[in-house]
Amino acid sequence: MTDSYPKMYLYRRIVQSKIYIDKHFADPLISDHIAGEASFSKFHFIRLFKKIYDLTPHQYLIKVRVDHAKLLLAGDNRIADVCFAVGFESVSSFTGLFKKVTGQTPSSFQIERRAAILEISKFPLKYIPGCFSGKSEMKNSNFQEVIAGSIE
Amino acid sequence: MITKMNHVSIFVLNQDSAYDFYVNKLGFKVHTDAPMGPGMRWLTVCAPEQPGLEITLMAISEGMMFTKEAAKLMRDLVSKGTFGFGVFECNDLLATYEELKSKGVEFTKAPKQEFYGFEALFKDDSGNWFSLGQKK
Repeated sequence: MTDSYPKMYLYRRIVQSKIYIDKHFADPLISDHIAGEASFSKFHFIRLFKKIYDLTPHQYLIKVRVDHAKLLLAGDNRIADVCFAVGFESVSSFTGLFKKVTGQTPSSFQIERRAAILEISKFPLKYIPGCFSGKSEMKNSNFQEVIAGSIE
Repeated sequence: MITKMNHVSIFVLNQDSAYDFYVNKLGFKVHTDAPMGPGMRWLTVCAPEQPGLEITLMAISEGMMFTKEAAKLMRDLVSKGTFGFGVFECNDLLATYEELKSKGVEFTKAPKQEFYGFEALFKDDSGNWFSLGQKK
């Protein structure tokens, strides 16, 4: 079906490269492998990748790493551990890129997220629309551990 | 005056499976995941570029919203693909179609240029179907 679209094979290669980044973002050497995954020239690859995703492969890699860092920072993890866990090789470059992408340093983001999680765990009904939280079963239920999500 | 919609519900057969589908396959972000006692869980996700609209993945079970009979009926209807819950948008339909297909998402219609736009149709893990269009 979609095989009838022109250059569909190029799409497949770019998509596979994107999925490769999603899976291997924590590998510090991933940049060396990304273009190879697509099996064509680096320049052509970057141009097509940006056309589809509005980001260069490198910019997309940074985005994926920062997104995962945000998830880890919401938990009880040290900033240096998060930095290395998502593939950055130095805390200073991690901090700089994190701030560039999110507008916050990792430490201020972590403080804010933890406060938000604590707030949800203390007052869960504030985060559920009244029509649902007003149901008697919910009013009387015993909220246990609250796992907050990733959206800041 | 009404200014916006901030929550919408999708009825799902299993919240664990729906979590995997919407988060790990579609790439949505978890907004709130709060256990609320036996058999109840408040689970909302958001599309990556739409954090202001929480999609509640609502379990179809007897209790808060459904009687036993209504829950059974609703589960049957959902699993038979009765409900189309909306239209999602992406930047590049062919690329998104290829990615989701490779992750095991079931498409009932491959991308096709229609008079109203470029569109594909897919189903979630419960049987709810959605249109997927390309940003114009």
